Order: sequence, then C-alpha cells, then structure tokens
Amino acid sequence: MAALTKEETEALIQEVLEVYPEQARKDRAKHLAINDQSLEKSNKCITSNRKSQPGVMTIRGCAYAGSKGVVWGPIKDMIHISHGPVGCGQYSRAGRRNYYVGTTGVNTFGTMNFTSDFTEKDIVFGGDKKLAKIMNEIEELFPLNKGISIQSECPIGLIGDDIEAVAKKANKEIGKPVVPVRCEGFRGVSQSLGHHIANDAIRDWVLENRDGDESFPTTPYDVAVIGDYNIGGDAWASRTLLEEMGLRVVAQWSGDGTIAEIEKTPKVKLNLIHCYRSMNYIARHMEEKYKIPWIEYNFFGPTKIAESLRKIAALFDETIQAGAEKVIAKYQAEYDAVIAKYKPRLQGKRVMLYIGGLRPRHVIGAYEDLGMEVVGTGYEFGHNDDYDRTIKEMGNATLIYDDVTGYEFEEFVKRVQPDLIGSGIKEKYIFQKMGIPFRQMHSWDYSGPYHGYDGFAIFARDMDMTLNNPCWKQVKAPWKTEESSKVTVAAGA
Amino acid sequence: MPSVMLKKNAEGKLVFYVPKKDLEEVAESIEFDSPEKWGGKVLLSDGSKYYFEPMNEQPDFPVTLRAKRLDSGE
Repeated sequence: MAALTKEETEALIQEVLEVYPEQARKDRAKHLAINDQSLEKSNKCITSNRKSQPGVMTIRGCAYAGSKGVVWGPIKDMIHISHGPVGCGQYSRAGRRNYYVGTTGVNTFGTMNFTSDFTEKDIVFGGDKKLAKIMNEIEELFPLNKGISIQSECPIGLIGDDIEAVAKKANKEIGKPVVPVRCEGFRGVSQSLGHHIANDAIRDWVLENRDGDESFPTTPYDVAVIGDYNIGGDAWASRTLLEEMGLRVVAQWSGDGTIAEIEKTPKVKLNLIHCYRSMNYIARHMEEKYKIPWIEYNFFGPTKIAESLRKIAALFDETIQAGAEKVIAKYQAEYDAVIAKYKPRLQGKRVMLYIGGLRPRHVIGAYEDLGMEVVGTGYEFGHNDDYDRTIKEMGNATLIYDDVTGYEFEEFVKRVQPDLIGSGIKEKYIFQKMGIPFRQMHSWDYSGPYHGYDGFAIFARDMDMTLNNPCWKQVKAPWKTEESSKVTVAAGA
Repeated sequence: MPSVMLKKNAEGKLVFYVPKKDLEEVAESIEFDSPEKWGGKVLLSDGSKYYFEPMNEQPDFPVTLRAKRLDSGE
C-alpha cells in the first residue's frame, strides 16, 4: 500500500475521532497530528503529557513504575523496598530485563522483590514501624547491600506516613544511604513524573555524598552513561564502543549500575544522555551545580552511531576523535555485512511504533539503515520537548499520536496497513491476531541488546525473523482465503 | 513566577528551560546583556516575553533564576 498523503492522513484522523463524544473528541484531536518537518516547535501541532481520558484504554504506567521500575530498580547493589501492598512490587518484578553482573541475593538484588506487604492493620495504624523493622531485617539477611531505597506505593501518600524520618533514622543506624522516594502511583499523569521524582531523590539524597572528597582519581576522559537501562545488555554494547574510542566510563545510570558509580558521577567531564525523557532532569542539575556539560546521543543503527560517536568525540581532543574514527572503521565490515544480508529482505517495509521515552524517535535511524520506513510514531508519556526532537526524524505527512488509545491505534493500523508494529506487550497479541508482524519494543521481545554495532546485528536479525516469518501466511482461516472462495464459486457453478 | 534554567548553547545563545512547561527555547534578545548589567526583558523565539530583575554582573551560566512572565503568550 502506498504512503498516505497529507489529506488522507487528515481524513483518517477525523474518521477515527468520529466515534467519540464531543468533549472527548475535542480533547483527543489535540493529541493526534500529521508530521510537518517545517515546524520548529511541536506545541504548534500536538499536545502531550496530559491526563488520559476516563473510559479510553491507555497504555500508560504510574509514577511508581517510573521510579522503581525504570530509574531506581536497575541499581543492582541497592535494595529497593516496594513500600505498600504486595502487588505493585511483585507484578513489576524483573519484567524489564535490566541485565547485571553479580550474585543475586548476595551482593546484587536486581531481580528480587522486597516489599513491606501492607495489610489493613498497616493502613489503619501506619506502616512506619514496619518499615524500620524491614530495614533491620534487610541488614541482617543481606549484609552486602550498599543502600536501601524506599519506593512508595499509593497508600503511603494517602495515609501520610513519614518515610523520610524513618529513612534518616535508619541511615544513622546502618550507616548506608537510605533514600525515601515519594513516587506514589497517583502522582502525575504517567510514569514520566515518577522519573522526575526519582531524579530529584537522587539529587537530594545521593548525588552530593562525595562532594569535597577528591580521593577518586579522575582523567580528562571520564564520562557517565546516563539513561541506559541495560535492557538485554544494551549498556554493555554501548559501553564497549565508548571505551574503544578512548573514553573512561565511570558510571552507568542505571542499568548494571551501582550506588558508588552514581556518587562518583559529579566527578566526570561529560554526561552522555541516551534516554532524555527519564534522566534529563539530573543532567541539567549536574550542569548547573557541577558545571558538567551533557549531550544526547543515539546508539541505534550504524548511521546514528557514527553520528553520535563523532558528536561525542568533538567535545574531546584529537586522540578521542581519532579513536572514534577507528571504532567506526573497525566495525564497518561487520555492519555492512548485516545491511547487505538483511536490507534486501526488509527494503521498503513500513513500520508503526508506539513506545515509551526515547525509542519512538531513536530507533527510526536503525530502521532506515535497513531500508525500512517509519510511517507512524508516538509516545506513551512523552512531553513536548520529546516531540520537538521527533518532528525532524519523521517523514512529512506521517502520523504522530500521543498517549494513543487502544481503539485509535487499532483503527490507524487497519487503515495504514504497516508491515510491522513495534509497541508493548499489551498491544502485541491484538496485532498478531490481526495478522500483522509485531515486535515488543520495550524489552526487545526477550532479545537484545539493540544498542551499538553488536546490537544492530541482533536488531536486524529480529526484524527479519519477525517480518518474514512464514506463519503470517497461515493466519487467515483456509476458507477465508481468496483461493478457497474461488473453489467454492467453481463448485457452486 | 516560573523558575527558569538558563544555559548558553554551542552558538553562545541563551537557552531557556522551564521544567514544568517543557519549554525549551532560545532567547532572541535580552534587554541588558553586558558584563556590568544583565537582565530585563527577554524575548524568546516563540514570541513569549519574560522579565528578570536586572543584576550587576553576568550570572554564571547555567543557572536557575526566577522570571516574571510578561504576556499570557500562545
């Protein structure tokens, strides 16, 4: 199917909006847009980071998900207590596949679930005592932990527990960082506020721990990788490239990261931001307080990787710039072979995306390297500054949808007929049943890494094996295919 | 009175960032922009205007300052 023109896309949006009652239609219309590269600012065409409409199916998470699941959870040598009823922690446990090195339960705790398991009694009488007790138990059972964070679930804010006081007291008792995070799920409109709250908690409780301590030997090439959660090993695939070009990666935020790395981050020379949405706050803070500049980079697909490596190297001296060129040259044969193998199989295929914080714009380059085209993209919880950065990446007259509802997404797909959809687990089975190849792009569909040159090879293989899987020809019932209807007609005649 | 995070971009222009509004905008003009006096009315590239209390020296960018919104904008 040929690409839609601007008028057709406009008509499609109007058609989809038709079913809503008037008020909802007016509101949703602001969140759907047609990309126009001539626009400088996204607020001219799209509204984002607003409360979802009651009654529609949204795919967003909550502030607790943003803080515990995204920012704090991957810090491997801390214990993150899901403070509140048991479900929030258990159902979000280990689902994001933030890989790490270590012995789980001894010196790392990434895939474990620690919860205060609130019951009625705790709601009525308060849970502060229980929390204090839990921290003592943790110290006894897991003495190698390097700190504790308290991730509040909804009831904590509702009943007004003073977790800060408990944290301060425990911090004195056990002599390790104890961080209370006020990320109750009801705060904000999506997980995005949870990221912000988590960043602020790091700022207030962790970042200045080593201010004035100059014992850490620094080099002029120290950088921190910020906003890489090591999903399926992403941060490792990124880190090797940076190290090969001659930089020293002091900290990984927060995939496979430790509290010590985070405390040392104020000593670096440059912060590299991969996921802008979830960690720009802390980068901006460090820029102001410690005068550490930051830049955004993109390690999806060879074009963007080369662009990013050169951009990073430009901020350092010639040895690093030469290092960047060396890295690009070293891997060229490898990624050329990947493109030569998969491009003919994927050329011209059309993709629709609907994902979280950085991927709706960052993966576009990787698809384009494989000759594919992204015809629609959108953020679950992006803000206007994300859309500002997306407009330039997307083609003209393509669809952009913010906090898209289940209904809208299905209708768009039915009409646009993409060859591949990249979105989350809640969308996966709907679209697979519609007979459209699908990749779960939040945690790489149990694959990965997708970052870096190593990741690109896996990315290309995964897209090929999904798109060109013979099963898609079998999805239609045999009596509904064109051939069988011909047979019936012939038999009837 | 929004808190505005100010920084200089690579071209040396002043960049405005208001976290609560996701506003990231380059300043077109600043009323007083000399080593002795800084502040006053600031016009952003999206057309909105802000006002900073003039101060006797250039602040050390990046820095967070309180600004006054001069128009309703949009």
